[in-house]
Amino acid sequence: MIANPLALIAELTHRCPLHCVYCSNPLELTLREKELTADTWARVLGEAARLGVLQVDFTGGEPLARPDLAELVRAARAEGLYASLITSGLPLDEKRLDALVGAGLDHLQLSFQSADDASAAEFAGTRAHAQKLRVANWVKKRQIGLTLNFVIHRQNLDKLEDMVDLAEQIAPSRVEFAHVQYYGWAFSNRARLLPTREQLDRSLEIIEGAQQRLRGRTRVEYVVPDYYAKYPKACMGGWGRKVLLVKPDGDVLPCHAANVLPDMKFENVQSKSLGQIWHESEAFERYRGEEWMPEPCRHCERRNQDFAGCRCQAFLLAHDAGATDPVCSLAPGRGIVDEILAEVNRPLEMASPWVYRANPKEASTGVGRDRPVLS
Amino acid sequence: MSTPDFESRPRLVPGCRLNEKTQQLRMLLMPERALRLSGPSLAIIERCDGNHTVREIVTELQKLYSKAEPQKVETDIVDYLGRLHEERALDFD
Repeated sequence: MIANPLALIAELTHRCPLHCVYCSNPLELTLREKELTADTWARVLGEAARLGVLQVDFTGGEPLARPDLAELVRAARAEGLYASLITSGLPLDEKRLDALVGAGLDHLQLSFQSADDASAAEFAGTRAHAQKLRVANWVKKRQIGLTLNFVIHRQNLDKLEDMVDLAEQIAPSRVEFAHVQYYGWAFSNRARLLPTREQLDRSLEIIEGAQQRLRGRTRVEYVVPDYYAKYPKACMGGWGRKVLLVKPDGDVLPCHAANVLPDMKFENVQSKSLGQIWHESEAFERYRGEEWMPEPCRHCERRNQDFAGCRCQAFLLAHDAGATDPVCSLAPGRGIVDEILAEVNRPLEMASPWVYRANPKEASTGVGRDRPVLS
Repeated sequence: MSTPDFESRPRLVPGCRLNEKTQQLRMLLMPERALRLSGPSLAIIERCDGNHTVREIVTELQKLYSKAEPQKVETDIVDYLGRLHEERALDFD
């Protein structure tokens, strides 16, 4: 029997004031009237705690879009859970932040789309950067944890040093520079979002420098695109091993992207308990253990480290959710990833980094660099 | 690792806390991370309240674990506190 989960990702809503170009929410967004009530969430939080879950991440969409968020935070703490808020920082004022802190919020993770307002507005589809700076300052004055999460991709990688400077100025206890994950919309645009090898190498130098400079002050984490890796990531710590994700309408998934997988039925908290779903649901059981693994994973010495990589990625790239994650150098499907990287690293691709944007003219005026990503 | 200040008072950083006493497994909870605590590590963390100096923590743990070699207790505590500081779980006042 599987061990207990450690974390619950509570996707409270798909509503959001931002329109990020790399948004990983599904194309079919859950309607507001289908969102779970606070009472149901409170029950789910209790079931999660009894299952052994330690931490809950309130996310979405934008969790601040739920007026009852403080109630949910209070319910989480009442169940002994560590409560994190994963947010864009809007809509929020100091009064509401105090209500959330008063309700027992432990930690706030604040997203950043770039180093400055104009650049960030391109990617978020709205001007939000100034508000984020305000929120960071408010949080620093309160006694809760603060993480800044910079979302990185080819189109803003030239501003990495500026983003590092900004992080250094704000000085939170933790900052994460995380490359966009290639699912959903970001998957369709991977050829334009993936960094070139040269950009990636340069970024590693910048981040390593920052890690050294900030040692003892800020924990700096860097999540790089696994297309460039030799072995796959242990996605979510393995399918159905560490994490449960509850969607706004109560469906329970092993991860954020799993709704792309065909022939998979997800159970709902409105008809089953979280414990039943975790231990018995077909979806969670499907890729647990080793019996389902293809070769070479089945006999690979890394199988208990990376669990054959990501199922959703195997489906997206190789059209087979049960295949070895094609990013693995030992995967039969590795050629698919190599082709994508070849396309990304071809000199011609560097010439027109703005093509997919709706308003290239608007993007090249105002604050920030006008030149293409690589000059 | 730099020489620690034995008169400094370690304190958990905001966002870092112990789980409830009622829970079976005692854990140190932080953003996106949880550290399982054993007897000695729990005893150390419980004293990282901004009131105990490093010297006091060492002395108290040496008494608690009187069968252990005192110098080793001191070294282990200093190492542990240093690592937690780097992980940004605690600061020294």
